[in-house]
This record gives sequence, structure tokens and C-alpha cells, in this order.
Amino acid sequence: MFEQLRDRLGDTLTRLRGRGRLTEENIAEGLREVRMALLEADVALPVAKSFIEHVRERAVGQEVLHSLNPAQAVIKIVNDELIALMGEHNDALNLAARPPVVILMAGLQGSGKTTSVAKLARFLREREKKQVLVVSADIYRPAAIEQLARLAHDIGVDFFPSTVEQKPLEIAQAAIDEARRRALDVVIIDTAGRLHIDDEMMAEIKALHGAVDPVETLFVVDSMTGQDAVNTAQAFNAALPITGVILTKTDGDARGGAALSVRHVTGKPIKFLGIGEKTDALEPFFPDRVASRILGMGDVVSLVEEVERASDKEKTERLAAKLKKGKGFDLEDFRDQLAQIERMGGLSGLMDKLPGMGGMPAMQDQTAARETGKLIAIINSMTPRERRYPDMIRASRKRRIAAGSGTRVQDVNRLLKQFAQMQKMMKRMGKGGMAKMARSLQGKLPGMPF
Amino acid sequence: MALLRKKSQTIDNKKPGLFTRLRERLSKSRSALADGLSGVFQAGRKIDATLVEELEELLLMADAGIEATERILADLRKQSDIKGATDASGLYDPLKQAMLDIIAPRAQPLQIPEHPARPFVILTVGVNGVGKTTTIGKLAHQLTQQGHSVMIAAGDTFRAAAIEQLQHWGERVGVRVVAQQHGADAAAVAHDAIQAASAQNCDVVIVDSAGRQHTHHDLMEELKKIKRVIGKLDETAPHEVLMVLDAGTGQNALSQLRHFNEAVGVTGLTLTKLDGTAKGGILFAIAMTTEIPIRFIGVGEGVEDLRRFDAAEFVDAIVG
Ligand SMILES: Nc1nc2c(ncn2[C@@H]2O[C@H](COP(=O)(O)OP(=O)(O)OP(=O)(O)O)[C@@H](O)[C@H]2O)c(=O)[nH]1
Ligand SMILES: Nc1nc2c(ncn2[C@@H]2O[C@H](COP(=O)(O)OP(=O)(O)OP(=O)(O)O)[C@@H](O)[C@H]2O)c(=O)[nH]1
Ligand SMILES: [Mg+2]
Ligand SMILES: [Mg+2]
Repeated sequence: MFEQLRDRLGDTLTRLRGRGRLTEENIAEGLREVRMALLEADVALPVAKSFIEHVRERAVGQEVLHSLNPAQAVIKIVNDELIALMGEHNDALNLAARPPVVILMAGLQGSGKTTSVAKLARFLREREKKQVLVVSADIYRPAAIEQLARLAHDIGVDFFPSTVEQKPLEIAQAAIDEARRRALDVVIIDTAGRLHIDDEMMAEIKALHGAVDPVETLFVVDSMTGQDAVNTAQAFNAALPITGVILTKTDGDARGGAALSVRHVTGKPIKFLGIGEKTDALEPFFPDRVASRILGMGDVVSLVEEVERASDKEKTERLAAKLKKGKGFDLEDFRDQLAQIERMGGLSGLMDKLPGMGGMPAMQDQTAARETGKLIAIINSMTPRERRYPDMIRASRKRRIAAGSGTRVQDVNRLLKQFAQMQKMMKRMGKGGMAKMARSLQGKLPGMPF
Repeated sequence: MALLRKKSQTIDNKKPGLFTRLRERLSKSRSALADGLSGVFQAGRKIDATLVEELEELLLMADAGIEATERILADLRKQSDIKGATDASGLYDPLKQAMLDIIAPRAQPLQIPEHPARPFVILTVGVNGVGKTTTIGKLAHQLTQQGHSVMIAAGDTFRAAAIEQLQHWGERVGVRVVAQQHGADAAAVAHDAIQAASAQNCDVVIVDSAGRQHTHHDLMEELKKIKRVIGKLDETAPHEVLMVLDAGTGQNALSQLRHFNEAVGVTGLTLTKLDGTAKGGILFAIAMTTEIPIRFIGVGEGVEDLRRFDAAEFVDAIVG
């Protein structure tokens, strides 16, 4: 499904190719698809709409000369705005207050609060060298207190015991007293999951918040949440002065649009990502990663940036002019393209940044890099005439080229075949965009596992 | 034990007829769609493009997803044409009908034989925190009330205090929980429980499993193993692979379902937490892509808060 979406987005944006300036018309269509992409990623509709409006305003009239084509320019603006919306940088916890610093967790049932308490405790102890006390004020869920006790024990963090006979408020206060007595740095209070429309339970956590006056009140939200994220975030934020958000279960394949919804309606930063069930599976939040995930395009934008930086503009433009004039794409051009690819960290580096291509084993990485170098060496061993008129490369020339480049005749044959494919592709593409070319290269170069 | 009930006590004490209670629960939080519809389907309003667009947005906001939304709108158009509706208020029924057409065929209750020769085995699966364990507690209660003898297998040996949580539920509903220690082989626990159930002529065994993200290959393999081991004792088991979904889940539910279904062949669905404001519009998207029956809905954390899935009731709750 996501692949289809990506394709759809890709298609529309490709149609925007080759225009020098972004206009109302040529971005409208693209933005419609972006809207669909956001909805598929579970960004709440009102949030998606306001976001799109914002992007439209920013995009219209923007020059696209410095990027390779308008399509990429739109993606880049969308991505930049997503990142801006989610808060440019990573917001750390506020630990500077007078100890014990109290952290209160809140959220719906099953969102990952208890697990996050343990993760956070571990994080603070290991990274910030803090002495942490954890306590459970969840007197409702069966075995909730045991759950936290077990987790605390596993990570070797102090656990303040509580029982279901106590009141949440009593529990929290006793824990804070204890922390004060023992001069501990941080107290993290776990609370029961609750529905934002459960007045009694919301009143309870409000009272708890009022009494313990936490420095951080963290709203824990499941990254798989759909459109309802706006409602819950709004309600929790209205009831409690939330200071930050923990987005959990991002180790699955949810696109995590809820992150955008929650951020949009609360204005509060996302501080951490839960990336697994274990207590070490917590990461500080970096908006760019989540942005590209919501867009479902891998690190498309960083690809765009790298293409911009690394590609030799002059050569690209010369090639484009040549193609326009109807002159063929020759081995010299192919070599230039390969060299550009090599500069960008090899084909595999490039592939890694394309959607769905990430995480290739290091072994193949090396092979692929070697292959690019080999291709260039082969072309270097040809005469200028051969590079221009590859058809003249017959058996004896192949043997010479192979010997000159330290390769085998099969390698030369393979290169010529790839070149022929590339030539066909370039004809179809017309004005050449590197990113598109790289995409089309998938599966056509040796050592690539697709 | 008594104190565990705190939150549900208020509910249990009142204990009106189950249906009233359900309706109360479902409507306590009017769905956003219902709220929106009362604005869109106003009497006297013309049916035009703006209206359709507003409706589209409402459906998308209910997590129905793009495909199901388009289908519902197309059906609605057809239906209202047939009926010659011109006033927006006349669209309520066609809309409900369009939704029912998608979802009604999926409303197939779980049938458990009266006194099976061998235990009827239910394997519960799903991603983290959706409500598997709670659903098992409620289901065990419901089946006991219906006269079945039930046993539960504490198949989540991974999550902290998952076994204790299930044991609390066992006590609460008076059902035996077969468990081993934390970290034990989940398949072995299931195996033990089914053997014990066979020996005692127990009718139903419900196997809990640890929540897992469907993208974790090893964890899905572990789940397959649990199923395989269950099948070794009785090749017809598990008789139901019940996947639990959280009503608040967005489009990711489709991916969850696809992966779990590929791994262990899901035969029934349960949608939990419908007492919140999310109304599970994702079921329409699901019903468009699979024919897997929808069995139950969860409408709270109390023992009584599990209901048979009823398509008409569900649509009513969502449309208002
Ligand atoms: N895969 C994954 N699972 C997580 C993550 N965070 C929490 N979980 C799992 O989600 C489930 C629910 O987590 P809990 O910490 O019990 O959630 P909670 O919010 O305390 O739940 P209640 O107290 O019942 O409201 C458990 O199975 C956790 O292991 C995460 O980042 N990734
Ligand atoms: N409001 C509401 N809460 C529910 C419902 N079903 C379950 N819950 C709550 O959701 C939380 C998670 O439920 P569990 O039964 O532990 O979920 P699980 O799928 O077993 O979780 P893991 O085993 O950790 O993956 C608990 O706080 C439950 O009380 C429901 O229908 N409504
Ligand atoms: Mg908890
Ligand atoms: Mg469980």
C-alpha cells in the first residue's frame, strides 16, 4: 500500500518536472497527492489541511533553479515545513529544576506509559547520571504496580512500592517525600491509562498534577493512532499543562502521522521516541526522521540535497542541452554520471536513501562501490572514439579494454549492455534528472541486490 | 482483589440491561462523525459537491481510509439517486446502508460447540497494548456465563507482569490460568494448558500471547511456533485465531492484519476501546480488503465490557 502511495506521489511530482517556477497550478496537483499521503499516514485531516495551506503559500512563486526540478522542490518544501512544524531541534527534558525533579506520565490505555517510565529512568541514569525513583499510581489495571516493580528491578532503578489500597495522590506524595529524604534527583510517576472523556479519571490526574507540580508532564501516545489523536491530545492538553510528548511503538511500520497531529494541536514538543519493547529502546526525538517517515519517501530530501551538492551542474546541463538537441547519450556521459554517483557515496549510498531501499548489508555496499569504480575504469580504457561510438567495440577491442582496465571481457560486455539500457532510458527521460536516473538504475547495475 | 475492581465497580453496581449499557457506553462519547453529520445532513440543505466533500472529510476523519471512503460515497450517490433524495436530511439512511453493505457481511459471531470432544482453542494475537489480555479476561467471563468451562494459558511470558495481570483476571472471573515462569517458552505454556484442559474435559482454552509489532520477523516466527505446537495436539486447533485491534488505530491496522494473517491465519477480529472517541472506522477499510469475520467489540475495562459485534449497532454508533 505504501509503495503504491509512493508511486502515486512520485508520478504526480514527476509530471511537474521541467518548469522553472512553482505556480499555483503546477503545485496544486502535487499538493493534492501530498494531502492523500498525509491522510494515509494518519495525519488528522484538519491538521493535514492547514499544513497543506501553509505549504501552498510558501511554495507559490518559489524559484526552482537551484534544485533539479520543481517536483523535488515541492517535496523539499513539504519536508522542511514538516520539520519546522515538529520543532526544528530536539527538546531535552528540563532537569535543571530543584531536585527532586518530578516527571508525570499521562495517556490513554495501553499507549506505553509504564514501559516508558522504565525506559526514561534508565535513560536518565545512564546518560544523565541521575538518581531516579519510579513509582506507580496505577491502582486500577491488574498487576500494573507489579509491572513497574519488575521493570525497575530489571534495570536496577529504585522503585517506590505502592498498593491498590492507596490513593494515587498519597502514593505520589509519599514517593516524592522519600526522594527528598534520600536526596534523589528525579521521581517518575506512572499513572493509569485513561480515556480523555472519562471525567472522573481526568479529574483524578488533574488533582494529582496540581498536588505534585511536576516539572515535566509527558503525554504518551501510540504512533499507530489514527485520526482520533487530535481529540485525545486536545483533551489531555486542556486538562494538564503537558510539557512534552513520547511517541511509542515506532519500531513498527506505522507512518506516525499522529506525531504531527499531536504536535499541531498541543504545540508541545515530541521529546522521545519509543523504538521497541526493551528498556533501552528509547531515543531522543529528531523531527527530520519522522518527517520523511510520514511522507513515506525514505530520506528523499537528503537525496535531493546531495544531488544538488554533488552533481556537477555544468556537466548535467551540458548533457541536458545535448539530449535536447537530439544528440545521443554516449559513454562519456555515462562515465560522468557514474562519477557523480561515486561522489555521492557510491550507488549503494544512494540506494539507501531511496524509499524502501534502506539497510543494505555492508558487504553489498562495498561490492557496489567497487562495481562503480570498475565501470569507470572500463570506460577510461576506451578511446574517445569508442566512447562516442560504442557500436564499434567488437571482440578485439573488448579484449584490449578489458586488459587495460584489469577486468574481464564479460565485464566489458555487461557494461555495454547497461550502457545500452541507460541510453534507452535517457532517450525516454529527455532532460535528465539524477535522482530519477538513479532510481531507474535499480536492478540494472551489477552487485545490486534488486 | 476487591480493589482491582474500583474503576469498574461503579459500572457493575448499576448493571442495567446489557444492551442499554452497551448503547450507553457507545454513545457516551458521540462519535466525531455523528457530530459532523448532524451539520452536513441538515434538513433543507441541498445535495451538492460541497456536501459530498464535507462528507468525504468526515469519513476520512473516522479512519475509514481513502478507499472505503470512496466506495461509501459512490454507493451513497447511487442509493440517493435511486431514492431521488434531494434534501440532505434524506441521506442518513442511504449512508447507513452504504456502510452496512460493506460491514454487515463481516458480522459473524464466534461459534463454540456446546461440549466439544476436544477443547476449543482460541489463540489471541495482536500488536502491543491493544487489549488482548483484557479481552481474554472478559471473554473467559462471558463464556463461563454461557455455561462453557474455560481455561486460560498465560502465553505472554515476555512482558513484565503479563502473567500476573492474567492471573488477576483469572481470579476475577473464576477461571483457571495455566502459567509457567517469566521467560518460559510460550508454545510450551499453550501446550501444557491444552493438555490440562483435555484431561479435565474443559471446553475452551484461551491462549494469551505477547504483544508484538508485526514487522519483527523473529517475533512473528515465535507466534507461528505457538500455533504449530497447538496444532500438534489437535490438528484442527487453534479453532480461532483472534486478532485484537485498538479502535484508535489508524491505517496501520491494515498492515498489522496483513502480517498477522500471513503468519498465523487470522480467523476473527476484536475491536477494543470503543468506549473512547475513536469509533473504529478502520473496520470499513479492513472489510474492504479481507473477509475476516469481526467477532467482538470491547467497550470498557470491566468484566462485562465485551460484546458481540453487531453491524447495525456499530453503524448506528458511528453515524449517530
Ligand atoms: N514495540 C514496542 N512496544 C512498546 C513500546 N512501548 C511500549 N510497548 C509495549 O506496549 C504495551 C503496552 O505498554 P505499557 O507500558 O504497559 O502501556 P501503558 O500505557 O502503561 O498501559 P496502561 O497502563 O494499561 O494504560 C506493552 O506490550 C509494551 O511492551 C515501543 O516503543 N515499541
Ligand atoms: N477503555 C478501554 N480500555 C481497554 C479496553 N480493553 C483493554 N483496555 C485497556 O487497555 C490497556 C491494555 O490492555 P491489555 O489487555 O493489557 O493489552 P494487551 O494487548 O494484552 O497488551 P500487551 O500484552 O502489553 O501487548 C489496559 O489498561 C486495559 O485496561 C476497552 O475496551 N476499553
Ligand atoms: Mg501502565
Ligand atoms: Mg497482554
